Amino acid sequence: MLHCEGCGAPASEGDHTRCRERRAATDPPRYCTTCGRKLVVQVLPASWIARCVHCGPLT
Amino acid sequence: MTDILDTARRDVLEGGRGLAEHEILEVLRLPDEALDEALRLAHEVRMRWCGPEVEVEGIVSLKTGGCPEDCHFCSQSGRFETPVRAARIDIPTLVEAARQTAATGATEFCIVAAVRGPDARLMERVREGIAAIREAVDINIACSLGILTPEQADELQEMGVHRYNHNLEAARSYFPEVVTTHTWEERSETLRLVRERGMEVCCGCIIGMGETLEQRAELAAQLAAVEPDEVPMNFLDPRPGTPFAHLPVIEPRDALRAIAAFRLAMPRTILRFAGGRELTLGDIGARQGMLGGINAIIVGNYLTTLGRDSAEDLDLLAELSMPIRELAKTL
Repeated sequence: MLHCEGCGAPASEGDHTRCRERRAATDPPRYCTTCGRKLVVQVLPASWIARCVHCGPLT
Repeated sequence: MTDILDTARRDVLEGGRGLAEHEILEVLRLPDEALDEALRLAHEVRMRWCGPEVEVEGIVSLKTGGCPEDCHFCSQSGRFETPVRAARIDIPTLVEAARQTAATGATEFCIVAAVRGPDARLMERVREGIAAIREAVDINIACSLGILTPEQADELQEMGVHRYNHNLEAARSYFPEVVTTHTWEERSETLRLVRERGMEVCCGCIIGMGETLEQRAELAAQLAAVEPDEVPMNFLDPRPGTPFAHLPVIEPRDALRAIAAFRLAMPRTILRFAGGRELTLGDIGARQGMLGGINAIIVGNYLTTLGRDSAEDLDLLAELSMPIRELAKTL
């Protein structure tokens, strides 16, 4: 993982505790872990779909 | 029992009259040791005037992000640098969302768009979406599309929209601290249009946006004055990048006091657990809320965030002997 999926910053830099807490509690991924771009996220009642415009869909 | 709970027992439980603003404030100011009693009374009021049934709803965002408004709590405003990127779902995905909702036993499915108000293109998309859902899924359809013109309210009524959501969000006196791009009065006018067209009125709020207890009581009284069929109670989930990102999550006891107070202000209304409850109340608080005046829930995920697994909520309702049912017609 090169980028934090919560804030998009480099995963190896800074403190991402809050990002991990949000991800565990209420948030789908927000940023592409490969390129750091903001994801297009569609939240459905029982699932979510996320796609990076550069790297493609998240599986 | 405290004086205010004596008053509530007489006027609300026995008389069916909601508390006035100054009385709501007294409930919000109850000491911690009186909270359980307040919740028990709110539950009695709910059972007396609404019954044990619970209305279950699912929601989905048809158009996410890029909103021109500046609602300070919202990660979908295009005015703030938030992690939410603009997105639209296609009609098959919308139908799938309705199907996921119906699979939980829910009776209501709300289509939401992050807009000031709908334009012609969005109205057409909503029309297509409603028609497609109707063909595939047996569920009431609600909409939340922002500020409406009289013509748009007519159109939605013709489409068969069962309920329209437009939250007041905050007390009139606090609203300018929350939104500056439209007014509380504009929201109120849309609610009037919805009511006039015969659609059910869903009008809720967000608790914990920095308002005082006086303003929280004012909000409850103003919501009661709207006489909504449903009041969704949200608790602020401070979203990164928004002007309210720095605000603390409301204390669970304050959230529960608000639930009891709102039920005592509106004894016959559908009072729905909505966004932020997982963060604010957790599992134990969710149970206390269901036994403290709440009689409806949003199951599953929200518009941009994830909720509890719907099976957990449905198990809780079964354990509490609270059957799922469409409610407004019966209250």
